[in-house]
Amino acid sequence: MTQTLETPTGDEAISADSDTANPVVGASGSRRLPWAEDIPNVSALDMRPIKWQFTLSLVGLALGALMGIMQAMERLNVNLYDKTPLSTYYQGLTIHGVALALVFTFCFANAFLSLTVMKGFQRPLANRGISDLSAMLAWAGVIFASYAMLTNQASVLFTFYAPLKAIPAFYFGAALLVISTWLVLLNMLLTYFAWKRDNPGQHVPLLAFISIISYMMWFIASLGIAVEVLGFLLPWSMGLIDKVDPQFTRTLFWFTGHPIVYFWLMPIYVSWYMMLPKMVGGRVLSDGLTRMVFIAFLLLIPVGVHHQFTDPGIPFSSKTIQWLLTFCIFYPSIITLFSVVSGLEEGAKSRGGKGRLAWMLKLPWGDPAVAGQLLAGLGFMLGGMSGLVNASYTINLVVHNTAFIPGHFHLTVGTAVALSIMAISYWLVPYLTGKEIWSRKLGVVQVFMWFFGVLIFSRGQMHGGLHGMPRRTMINDATYLDQFGSWDLANIMTGIGGTIMFLSAVLFFINIIVTLTRDPDRVQRFIPVAQVRSKLENGSWMWLDDIPRWSAIAFVFSVIIYGEVFYHLLPLNAVSKGLRLW
Amino acid sequence: MHIDKYEKFFMRVSAVFLGLAIVALVLSVVGHKAALPEPAERIDPELVRSTAPFDEPGLYELDNGDYEAVLVASAWLWDGIDEDFVIPAGSTVHFKVTSVDYIHGMLIPETNINAMVIPGQVTEVEATFHDPGTYTLLCHEYCGAMHHTMGAQFTVE
Repeated sequence: MTQTLETPTGDEAISADSDTANPVVGASGSRRLPWAEDIPNVSALDMRPIKWQFTLSLVGLALGALMGIMQAMERLNVNLYDKTPLSTYYQGLTIHGVALALVFTFCFANAFLSLTVMKGFQRPLANRGISDLSAMLAWAGVIFASYAMLTNQASVLFTFYAPLKAIPAFYFGAALLVISTWLVLLNMLLTYFAWKRDNPGQHVPLLAFISIISYMMWFIASLGIAVEVLGFLLPWSMGLIDKVDPQFTRTLFWFTGHPIVYFWLMPIYVSWYMMLPKMVGGRVLSDGLTRMVFIAFLLLIPVGVHHQFTDPGIPFSSKTIQWLLTFCIFYPSIITLFSVVSGLEEGAKSRGGKGRLAWMLKLPWGDPAVAGQLLAGLGFMLGGMSGLVNASYTINLVVHNTAFIPGHFHLTVGTAVALSIMAISYWLVPYLTGKEIWSRKLGVVQVFMWFFGVLIFSRGQMHGGLHGMPRRTMINDATYLDQFGSWDLANIMTGIGGTIMFLSAVLFFINIIVTLTRDPDRVQRFIPVAQVRSKLENGSWMWLDDIPRWSAIAFVFSVIIYGEVFYHLLPLNAVSKGLRLW
Repeated sequence: MHIDKYEKFFMRVSAVFLGLAIVALVLSVVGHKAALPEPAERIDPELVRSTAPFDEPGLYELDNGDYEAVLVASAWLWDGIDEDFVIPAGSTVHFKVTSVDYIHGMLIPETNINAMVIPGQVTEVEATFHDPGTYTLLCHEYCGAMHHTMGAQFTVE
């Protein structure tokens, strides 16, 4: 990837940073810092926590994929759980969910958006110690939670609904992981205010702006799970409180549980908006619209009740309000579709592409970093549409908690996010290490395998779901399996698709590991950042940049919308002591 | 701020599409009486077994010819469904369900029955069974090691 770049940085990044733009040569004049041309004043020490976070992210992916193949095999009636130290399918499923939905995604965001903030502001993050501490907490959290999960003391799935009661190490580990993301935000904000002081009256560089908005969104969103874990589940697990309210804690979970999806996706949107167009020779369509899309995610945090349409304790009013708000989420994604494809078309046409659709063939499909993200985007279109089904109030009755849902989210988080992260790795690993990717061809094969694998997998899951197959169930051992002949096709497709995805992940890791054994300093280190076609002038639309104000609005809005829900759930109905039946 | 004219068009079309989807869903509620569970009552899971009607789970015929099914969900059984649970085709069944331990989920494939069963809450849902055959009530929320065994069959004649 890095070889194809002619200019070192995005234009707005340079203009944003005139006074620190030239420290390419160190003080002694002898040794070039590897990243100095890309981000002034950045040293290897600034990159160290990013490498640690990114490594942990890939550890999560590996662990999740390993659990995934066991689930896929179970669909084909091959029970691997008997042949491993794992006790049950559900222990594996817990590890699968936590490793992928929490570790893989969070740590990638921690690494990637720290990097994009530095790139956007053209300076290191304000406090290196905070970044180091964040990386340490993330690793510590994963170690605690892994101990609990691997010893089968926390087979509670990644949603950990009470009264399922794990040992304290599990909740403690999860809390540390979330705190690690808060520290990243803190460091981003310190950098933001420092930059503002040095650059009065200027628009916040777009790349930095959307990265920080993503983290601000996540911070507000994470308050639900923080209250749930620190206020209820952790003290309950430690024996400090006797009983919790399962309906209430579950509602706190989903306060976070939907916008957690944005947190998975927004780093990918950063890449799709700002980087993918650069890689294909196009530009970002509109600065203002891009900012608005990210602000929309920030404002639309309180929609989690659409995961609880079938809950008995939540009234009609909450369900209706949040259903309508959920539909609003579709809108920024629609704008994203247009904007990103527009940047791709511009790039393809500059490369000689012609026609209404034929230009797509002129995109650089031979670059795995590009091909993977293009395919991830295609998958996301299907994922987004199936998401509209899930959100559709009464139609939700057909699909709720059926296999349709994993069919849906393996297209969103499992492809739009996971495949994009793998694709981004094809330039990010060279960027961080200076080592050239071992085989770009293998990378292209890998991303196509993932894409076709997930299409088969998700088609199978959706087929099963529409025929009443439950999710989160060891389906081939189900006592009622013989009642449902129509599930056979679903199981076969899920098994085959999942196996192809696993093989794709294996190829990915082979490629990355061989790359790591190569000689360093073979590539120039540039983060691809596209120019903006329709810019915002300094002095106009400045209110769009006000991160503290948008955050305050989002917070108040969330409190109002969820105040309505909690009003109906109070007083608490703390009835569950918790138990372990696994 | 400049917005591309094609993008403006695309945004308008998308808004109309979403508006139509909302209208369709409102019609499903108003016109077809599709309904989601709503708060019924609260109950202490430790007292479920001694509280009417859950102290005697089972199928009851109501005065108007409908049925009430009183069910108690526990890991990993549906108390209240046994071989005597037989209803004539065309019957409407009002389910009244609660849990004594974990969160469970009730799903009867090919029907509108899809609801969570949460300790401390009573779930009330209903469905009309038009077609004769064997139906399965299965648990669709993870509830421990043998979650996949939590299914119960009943008959519509």
